Amino acid sequence: MSVDVELRVIPRGHMTIRMYGLALLMVVGLLLPATSYAQADFSGVWQPRYDEDNPERIPGPELRDYAGLPINENARQFADSWDPSRITLPEEQCRVHVSPYIYRGPMNLQVWEERDPKTRDLIALKHYISTYEQTRTIYMDGRPHPGPNAPHTWMGFSTGHYEGDMLVIETTHLKQGWVRRNGLPMSDEAHMTEYWVRNGDLTTQVIVLVDPVFLAAPLVKSQDFVRSARELAAQTWLWVCESVIEIPREEGVVPAYLPGEHPFKEEYARRHGIPVAATDGGPETMYPEYQKVLSTLPTPAPLPAPARGGGAGAAGGGGRQGGAGNAGTPQGGR
Amino acid sequence: MRASSQTLLKPGTPKILVVGLAMTLGAGAALGSAAAQQANTAPRGAAAAPQQNFDNVQIDAVKVTDNIYMLVGAGGNVTVQFGPEGVLVVDTSYGPMSAKILAEIKKLSSLPIRYVVNTHVHGDHVGGNEPIAKAGRTRAGGNVVGDLGSGATAQAAVIAHENVLNRMSMPAPGQEGVPSAAWPTETFIGSKKEMIFNNEAIQIIHEEAAHTDGDSLVMFRRNDVISTGDLFTTVMYPFIDEANGGTINGYVNALNAILDLTVANNVNECGTMVIPGHGRLSDEQDVIEYRDMVTIVRDRIKEYVGRGMTLEQVKAKKPTLDWDRRYGDGFTKPEAFVEVVYKQMAADKAAAAPAKPAAKAKGNGK
Repeated sequence: MSVDVELRVIPRGHMTIRMYGLALLMVVGLLLPATSYAQADFSGVWQPRYDEDNPERIPGPELRDYAGLPINENARQFADSWDPSRITLPEEQCRVHVSPYIYRGPMNLQVWEERDPKTRDLIALKHYISTYEQTRTIYMDGRPHPGPNAPHTWMGFSTGHYEGDMLVIETTHLKQGWVRRNGLPMSDEAHMTEYWVRNGDLTTQVIVLVDPVFLAAPLVKSQDFVRSARELAAQTWLWVCESVIEIPREEGVVPAYLPGEHPFKEEYARRHGIPVAATDGGPETMYPEYQKVLSTLPTPAPLPAPARGGGAGAAGGGGRQGGAGNAGTPQGGR
Repeated sequence: MRASSQTLLKPGTPKILVVGLAMTLGAGAALGSAAAQQANTAPRGAAAAPQQNFDNVQIDAVKVTDNIYMLVGAGGNVTVQFGPEGVLVVDTSYGPMSAKILAEIKKLSSLPIRYVVNTHVHGDHVGGNEPIAKAGRTRAGGNVVGDLGSGATAQAAVIAHENVLNRMSMPAPGQEGVPSAAWPTETFIGSKKEMIFNNEAIQIIHEEAAHTDGDSLVMFRRNDVISTGDLFTTVMYPFIDEANGGTINGYVNALNAILDLTVANNVNECGTMVIPGHGRLSDEQDVIEYRDMVTIVRDRIKEYVGRGMTLEQVKAKKPTLDWDRRYGDGFTKPEAFVEVVYKQMAADKAAAAPAKPAAKAKGNGK
């Protein structure tokens, strides 16, 4: 249609074969289905930029920092009883970050396409993520998602399509994982929608995470990636994880704090001078209007100055459950 | 085409599963106590067949390995292992589902069903014992056939822990019995039974006093697959069937026993696959999450009991709140789970308390 309009404004006598050819190409281009034609190619090696949300992503989140996350009371209780010592259990040491979280951390990302050798149709996009050596498949051939009895994986089951130049991915069948690795959980019923946009050597990924179990509202996050100009050494792609017994325990012990008895509950708030209620998180804490609420909330007393040669903060161990073998001081998930 | 949220399949508890379980386990909703509901309406086997219409129930046949499938329908999950020697079936769902289950098995193998293994006594797992076993033919010869006649091979052998047979054949007062044709034909005592079938080592491992007192999990060693019965599910809080000998500590032990058998592959997923009693196909990490949940809830309640809190005080603490949106809609309601754990933790505390010294008798006859 738009080509017709274009042709009408050009005097007929000025139409040349070259112009007809150009018009034909434009018509064909417009009629092509929304496949990979002329769409952003994400193939290559990418590395994250960590400027955004740097404190969470590189040093790591502090315990009980839930501010700005739309969690519900169920997630809050889960995280408030989460003891970092839990990931010292041999069976949990190699726990992989799920796809809604794994792109936040240190990683190298390689993207490539899988095409039908006969038709060159795009079957799938593949992501190899160096952290935990995960290979993610994003099917682009229109196949449906599996049924409810299929297994769940760290990366989940993903299908994608292009909207203009933007790649849109839907992911289901995820395992339980983290919204933030200070104990805030994401359930295996979560559903992630991603939007990938490329601008030259910069790519932005926007995630919308819906979790009926642990989120009271969708969680929106974004990450930027820079295209690597050169191939990386093979070792930079590996993440060898072998579990060992770090703390001798009786079999079956699961370190945890009792709900409401987390010994470090106020540490983050006191260290940064933030009202404790704000660190509870929840949908209301996502919005600028919450600043008005913040100004009405009491600020906790600051932490005492660290003693020479020692750390500040609450003593560890209080409120722990789980019986014998809960040795070790919880660390801040860093 | 962009997939809308409506078109994407979301995992969750199939409603028919919840309804079916509820019907299997009895109509105890009228009872005031959730724990009492479980205790007094616990299933006794095939006799507890529900009055549910199964006509519209479709079976989802999930491929686990080349020769093991998980059949998901209205009752408990059914595991089918097949090969050159025939078919082995773990659990038989509800009786009215048998024709559909047999039809699915026929699609996988034309050879006879040789063995049925029952993981425990509940009707949603053994309800189809009779028709499914009768559709098969076991291997027997020599004195067995000589003593029993050709009828000795007329059906598949039904294997279970002895306590399953005990519970089926000696129903408690007020509970309906199970026809003998549905009883196990080969029982075992002790910790396990082992066999080779279809060139695969199979271990039937008994877990004491967990979901019931007759639980077994079935390990297929060559395929690296475990069928757990209701020792693990993905859709509900554990059902600790006290009336049939279940205990929370035994349940936790059983979950850890499953984890002793599972090994994840090098990206920490898959490897040993786990077929739950209800819900989706799983692996080690799914069992870990569930084990953690059950253990943490038990430990919370144990701590509260140790502090002398009443059941109502413990309930007010909401010790299952973290997972209520994940498992709370399943058959075992949060209140019922808390009640049964509280009851057992309180009993443990009482049993561990030092005996009070006997009061000195007055007028000691000086």
